Amino acid sequence: MNPQIRRLFFVFSVLFVALVAMSTYWLWRAPELEARQGNPNLVVRQLTIKRGLVYASDGRTVLARNRKKKVQGNDWYLRTYPSDGLAAQVVGYSTIERARTGLEESLNDYLTGSNANLSTIVDRTIDKLKGITQQGNDVITTIDIRAQRVARSGLAGECGAAVALEPSTGRVLVMASSPTYDPNLIEKSYRRATNVQASCEPASPLLNRATQGPVFIPGSTFKIVTAAAALDSGRYTPSSRFTDRGYCIEYGKRVSNYSDQSGPHVFGDVDFSEAVENSINSVFCELGKKLGPKLILEYAKRFGFYEDPPLETPSEERTPSGLYSKGKLYDPDDPNAIDPGRLGFGQERMLVTPLQMAMVAAAVANEGRVMRPYVVSRIVAPDGGIITRTTRDEWRRAMKAETAAVLTDMMVRVVESGTATSAQISGIEVAGKTGTAETGRENENDTSFIAFAPAGNPQVAVAVYLQNQDGVGGSTAAPIAKAIMEALLRGVGN
Amino acid sequence: MRPLSLRNRELLNLLAVGLLTVTGFASVYLASQEVPEFSTASLSYAAFFFALFLTAHLALRVALPSADPYLLPIAGLLTAIGLTMIYRIEPDRALRQGVWVVVGVVLLAGLLFFLRDHRALDRIKYTLGIAAIVFLALPAVPGLGTTINGATLWVHIGPLTFQPGEFAKVFLVVFLAGYLRDNREMLSMGIGRYGLPSPKHFGPLLVIWGGAMLVLVQTKDFGGGLLYFSIFLAMVYIATARWPYVVIGLVMFALGAWGVYQIAPHIADRISIWLDPWADPYEQGYQLVQSIYAIAGGGLFGQGLGRGVLITDAGTTYIPYLETDFIYSAIAQELGLAGAAALITLYLVFVYRGFRIAMQADDGFSKLLAAGLTSALAIQAFIIIGGVSGLIPLTGITLPFVSYGGSSIVANFVLLGLLLIVSNHVNRGAER
Repeated sequence: MNPQIRRLFFVFSVLFVALVAMSTYWLWRAPELEARQGNPNLVVRQLTIKRGLVYASDGRTVLARNRKKKVQGNDWYLRTYPSDGLAAQVVGYSTIERARTGLEESLNDYLTGSNANLSTIVDRTIDKLKGITQQGNDVITTIDIRAQRVARSGLAGECGAAVALEPSTGRVLVMASSPTYDPNLIEKSYRRATNVQASCEPASPLLNRATQGPVFIPGSTFKIVTAAAALDSGRYTPSSRFTDRGYCIEYGKRVSNYSDQSGPHVFGDVDFSEAVENSINSVFCELGKKLGPKLILEYAKRFGFYEDPPLETPSEERTPSGLYSKGKLYDPDDPNAIDPGRLGFGQERMLVTPLQMAMVAAAVANEGRVMRPYVVSRIVAPDGGIITRTTRDEWRRAMKAETAAVLTDMMVRVVESGTATSAQISGIEVAGKTGTAETGRENENDTSFIAFAPAGNPQVAVAVYLQNQDGVGGSTAAPIAKAIMEALLRGVGN
Repeated sequence: MRPLSLRNRELLNLLAVGLLTVTGFASVYLASQEVPEFSTASLSYAAFFFALFLTAHLALRVALPSADPYLLPIAGLLTAIGLTMIYRIEPDRALRQGVWVVVGVVLLAGLLFFLRDHRALDRIKYTLGIAAIVFLALPAVPGLGTTINGATLWVHIGPLTFQPGEFAKVFLVVFLAGYLRDNREMLSMGIGRYGLPSPKHFGPLLVIWGGAMLVLVQTKDFGGGLLYFSIFLAMVYIATARWPYVVIGLVMFALGAWGVYQIAPHIADRISIWLDPWADPYEQGYQLVQSIYAIAGGGLFGQGLGRGVLITDAGTTYIPYLETDFIYSAIAQELGLAGAAALITLYLVFVYRGFRIAMQADDGFSKLLAAGLTSALAIQAFIIIGGVSGLIPLTGITLPFVSYGGSSIVANFVLLGLLLIVSNHVNRGAER
């Protein structure tokens, strides 16, 4: 019987080796398994890492910090967000129970000082044996804390968002979304954190309206894109003449100008500059028909439409601007499928993100160059060494420098004597464009304002978008934009 | 220099086990403290544990001086690993497990003194065979059986709950050792080129196959059925050297299992979960998926005793039945792949020692008994470790010496005792 016993021992040896192999296989797949939802290992493990801090642009104001707690033999580092989450939708949150959002999610590897692969598993094991607490890297954002506060108080009570960029670099100086939430409540009382009252339905406080959705109809702020197409293609000049009868005929029907109690405005004989200054819909309706949807959308794409706007936040928190049909981005090959006149003045089915429209304003301010927007200035290791530093990067060229100069002049006149006089800042020349888009519901307009200043040497470009307004862009969005620009240019506010 | 005597070697091994136990308990204790503070309370477990195995060792010195010196220390180490993990998962249960270890050691000592010659069992093999069947059928008796997690394995008698299947396993091996020794000549005679056995001798095989299937259907205990049938096949192979028996047996078991698969949703579920645990990771596949997460998350050297991700904020375990069926996953999480591989190696060394005893034995009954008991332990460890790691379909049986559970602990100490008795007999024969 001994040969059989010997053979059976061999069989058991093989089976036992298979057991070790199976466990080794799971260890090999650990990086992938750890990322799965419902796996408590990574979540808990990352709690034992002293997560990096998130700072505002001054490098001192903390937007996210840690709180130490002893749990089951380990030191856990739980997140707290000072100032109730001043830039909540940008910084996001990191909790035990919920998935991460914002920079907390997209920069998780940096903040935890680890990217999950086999070699870091080995490193981690060695650190663990040595009893070293793993420490993450600090993130310094480009958010200007004072201007951010101004934006937040300006948006308070509204449904809307504001973005401010430095035109020459693409630095995001302000990114605020309203209604907002307190990220400190997410862990313990998620319902209380997200169940907020607002003038819009659903309130969706977690949504970063500045980059996500998109939820805003651009209305007349889109005329800057149409105008850029008209001028840059060489088919029109600022002195091109138009006759405004108060409406434009499309599909055999009248499309009227903006109207008040006395009916639609009628401007008569005007040039291109005057049409921009007074935001005359009939002129842009005619322009849209002449230029055609293809050319207008081509210029829109030059500014970045139809693409996720670039930023360091998670890609699922950024959505493209463009035409939308049935909730999906819409770019038909057949130009007849698009209403050219309404596209010309930013209605049709156009939806935009404030970030995209801030990029439009910044491109005009920056001689037609679209800089890649960024909100992370640098990432710093615990020992003080710089891990990455973001540098300016020209992302697109939207139009010729001459076109941008002409558009600047037009936008200056809008603020000087047109629809946006409320955005004037004494001693500083502001260039801007208002927007008031009808949603089809009474007194529920999407109002907006995009601008940059100083017009001669632009330091800041801004976009403010609001939902459910009974006023117009000049009276609702422009004052908020003005306050943000003042805070950034003069350090006023707070 | 004179080589160390067998018992001194055993004592030395036990000292090493004691040292490891102290370290393990101290680690768990320190991890559970808000402020790390040394306390003798944590050591009392280890000290008590060591004293227990020292008692068993002394009993061996008196009763079986020539027994194998590695089996007791290995069983001790396995028990210590189990007790440490149970203490870490649910301290109250560690105390109860400790009581069962005492019962096991007492039974072991009793066995050593009252059963000096294992061959006496040969005479009561049919009694034990019937006892095995009765024990297997007990949970199916209305009013006695309790169904947990889909399988009916437990029997309630007053305040006590026990798993008769664990004892049936030992009885079955003893019966088969005697029966196969008597009938191996007949069973070895084959017909034709492939050595197929004659229908006349196919009988017992069919009966046992039917028995295993009946157990399967009655108790819906796929793991137990697989275990008993595998033990049977291993022993038939050792006795007859006819591999066709094994092949036919496995095919028949597979066919039977397929038949049960058709009628018992409990087993059908297990198979589909095994094929794709992530098809339903929060309900059906939850146990296996969490078990895999625990194994993968342990890394090379583990999260450290008492520091793994095992207990939720609410105080429950992430994996249900963590201290019984899934204790391997807990070990892999806290001691890592290294610890898990060491555990498996311990079983392999145990199997090696057990087979060594069988090969050195000079009579058929002793050979079959030692090899059968050893195979039982090896197969059981394989079924549950393979199950919780996704190598084979998951079936709930205990990990010998390690899992929480009185029946399992006591039955395995009896198994250990029998092996030691055979070993003592073999080595004494060699000395003479």
